[in-house]
Amino acid sequence: MEFGPHLVLAILEGAVGAAVLALTALGLSLVFGVMRVVNVAHGEFFMLGAVMAWFVAAAIGGHPAVGFIAALVIAPLVAGVIAMAADWLVLKRVNYDPEATIVATIGLLYIMQQSALMLYGPEARPVEAPFNSRIALPWVEWGEAGLQLYYPWGFGTTSYKLFVIVAAVVLLLAFWAFLSRTRFGLVMRATQLDRETALAFGIPVETVYALVFGLGAALAALAAVLIVPIQQAHYLMGGDPLLLSFIVVIIGGLGSIRGTIVAALLIGMSDGVISVFFSPTLAKILATLLVALVLVFRPQGLYGKTAT
Amino acid sequence: MTILSTDKLNRVFGSLTAVRDVSLSVDPGEVHALIGPNGAGKSTLVGMIAGRIPPTSGRVVFDGKDVTSLPAHRRMQMGMAYTFQITAIYARLTLFDNLALALDDRDPARVAAALDRVGLTERSDQLAGDLSYGHQRLLEIAMGVAQAPRLLILDEPTQGLAESEIAGFGDLVRSLRGTTTILLIEHNMNVVMELADRITVLETGEVLATGTPDQIRANLAVQDAYLGTTHA
Amino acid sequence: MRPETRALVLHLGVIAGLAALYPLLPTYHQGNLTRILVLAIYATGYNVLFGYTGLLSLGHAMFFGAGMYGLGLPMQHLGLPALPAFVLGTACAATLAAAVAALALRTAGVAFMIVTLMFSQAAFLTILYFTTWTRGEEGFVLARGARRIAGLDFSTPDVRFWTAFALFATALLLTLWMARSRFGHVLVAIRENEERTRMLGYDVQSHKFRAVVISGAFAGASGAAYGLFFGYVGATFASVQYSIFPLLWVLLGGAGTILGPLVGTAFMFYLINWAQDLTSAYMLVAGVVLVLLTLFARAGIVGEIRKRWLGWLP
Repeated sequence: MEFGPHLVLAILEGAVGAAVLALTALGLSLVFGVMRVVNVAHGEFFMLGAVMAWFVAAAIGGHPAVGFIAALVIAPLVAGVIAMAADWLVLKRVNYDPEATIVATIGLLYIMQQSALMLYGPEARPVEAPFNSRIALPWVEWGEAGLQLYYPWGFGTTSYKLFVIVAAVVLLLAFWAFLSRTRFGLVMRATQLDRETALAFGIPVETVYALVFGLGAALAALAAVLIVPIQQAHYLMGGDPLLLSFIVVIIGGLGSIRGTIVAALLIGMSDGVISVFFSPTLAKILATLLVALVLVFRPQGLYGKTAT
Repeated sequence: MTILSTDKLNRVFGSLTAVRDVSLSVDPGEVHALIGPNGAGKSTLVGMIAGRIPPTSGRVVFDGKDVTSLPAHRRMQMGMAYTFQITAIYARLTLFDNLALALDDRDPARVAAALDRVGLTERSDQLAGDLSYGHQRLLEIAMGVAQAPRLLILDEPTQGLAESEIAGFGDLVRSLRGTTTILLIEHNMNVVMELADRITVLETGEVLATGTPDQIRANLAVQDAYLGTTHA
Repeated sequence: MRPETRALVLHLGVIAGLAALYPLLPTYHQGNLTRILVLAIYATGYNVLFGYTGLLSLGHAMFFGAGMYGLGLPMQHLGLPALPAFVLGTACAATLAAAVAALALRTAGVAFMIVTLMFSQAAFLTILYFTTWTRGEEGFVLARGARRIAGLDFSTPDVRFWTAFALFATALLLTLWMARSRFGHVLVAIRENEERTRMLGYDVQSHKFRAVVISGAFAGASGAAYGLFFGYVGATFASVQYSIFPLLWVLLGGAGTILGPLVGTAFMFYLINWAQDLTSAYMLVAGVVLVLLTLFARAGIVGEIRKRWLGWLP
């Protein structure tokens, strides 16, 4: 009873990471898909979500569930509004020029990160999970005395981690329904396909852009609220989700939502699994090199269609 | 004796065959016009000749050498020049710099002489982007001419030019006759009939006919496909 | 005076001005000026690629780091003397730049930015991975006795300054010469219209390749000098932040101008210094400057001066 249980555990941890990553990367992918710009400040909206969750939980007090539910609503909303303001104040004014947008969002990255340092401070702070009972996992193995059931065997997971996985799946399904079933989803897809035609059909493209940028940020913030009871809130926490989201969006095919989710599962799971068995630094080196090589040799992504 | 020939050139984009089995030969010193309706594959064909678009199959032979696998800049170094359908000049550089780059020489006398061919000498220090559209087209043609090419490919050079400017363009082409071979994509039938020694008509990616202006005018198939309908 | 002569006089004047300025400054600012000149070499190299060729790299810290570690690791572990270590550091950066260019130049625009960012991130993580030798983020200090070339002891401030000054002056005059050469004109042509340049018969790919290597070598020389002069080698210098800095300096000073990188580096150095006195969140200044530049002054300081008053500035 050595390798097997650890693998199960690693997969479970990986699934939590993958779930949160899928939501975060979806935000980045959405913004790239519709607006054709790369938001380098995306990780900071993630950080903002986590920090907001802490502020909300601290302000409300009482049972952790109350603060958590409030944070689930407030943090994405705040992130969304800030993103829309950034879109209106900055991105719109540089005409969404791809390179200028990258430079401007690097600026936003520092502004948000350093503002968090000033207002929230350099400490990492925990947010209490709304519920957190330990769930011991059973393990079945063929031992000397035939089939043996080990329960409990010392390792397990928590109900909250399982909740994160379920919540992410529900949110992804809801998002998919939103894209395919609602009028705004249709408008967004039309804008993504052809900006000029969308304009000609009277779609207020500027408003759509602002909303999409806000929605992308809100998704990152939402993902952060989900993860913050497991991982503490810190002003520098935006770097890793940004890097991983980049990796996912590129591997999945820039702007392809289906590809993004498949790649998030792949990367999130393998990041979790590799990190348990190997050095996480080595895993990151390999992942970044992989992304660079994918962009060089297969820019449409591993999953995406051939470029048009 | 040909300076340029293509041998069964094909280009497939997805499910669309833009150019099908085009074999074409251009004689030294002639003005060879390519005509045909929009979407006939003219720009794709010259794109393959110039090396901007890799052919799906077939060969391009320039000056006796198979250049099919050579990159565009090597073909230009061998004596081709290319002007774009959509004006491609250095808008934020001066006319002087534009022509100095085309000449690969910053000698003021040579630059002035090259500008003089299109009557833009006075504007040497202006930014190319500040010129009128017609002057930008002329600048682009001047850049092609300045390269002293043996084969000059002009993709719809008179598009958007005023009548007087078209006349000037005609004079320029006539002054090159004999020294420079010209492959000309052109929609303006008057220009084609007046300047071309030979004409190749493309339709849906295939060669419909090749001949002198008189032969093309008399060709019933061409009239049906092209002249009769769009440019009567 | 012909514009070429005027430009040469101006740049020689700036160099002479720097030399004249140094003895007049208080000790504290003398030290700052040395750092600014070393970093301005980095910015000048970045400008060759970004300002002249129009390629925006987000990964130059890997070249700066390659110079620094290429100098520091053999000095520390193999006892290599400083001069060959400096040459080795610069060569490491140029070699890395050639390898990165061979791959990254297959992409363009935003993809080029992300590919360079990813390669740089991989290089940074590699430094952390080999902690045994690199001491990771903590870094290592180069022994004082080793930091000598001939009779020059780089732990002495004056020696540091005059060496930095000589290196920077060389870099500045080299770029001035490059900008006026055929090579420089072709780089500008590529920046302004790549397809047109290719169709004029220029080998765009090989020009871009050389621009990346030159730019990387400048960055490497700067990184190696920084390690040698200040005696410290650390992973921070290979982090994303050090890829953003040269972009910031060049944008602020004026991309595609010879003096812009120096002006931008000096301004930003003092701006960040000032912010550091006020708050630990001093990088806020960098963020605000980046946003303001993209919104209001894309040409940067020297670029705006050229646009408004001095059209002949190279």
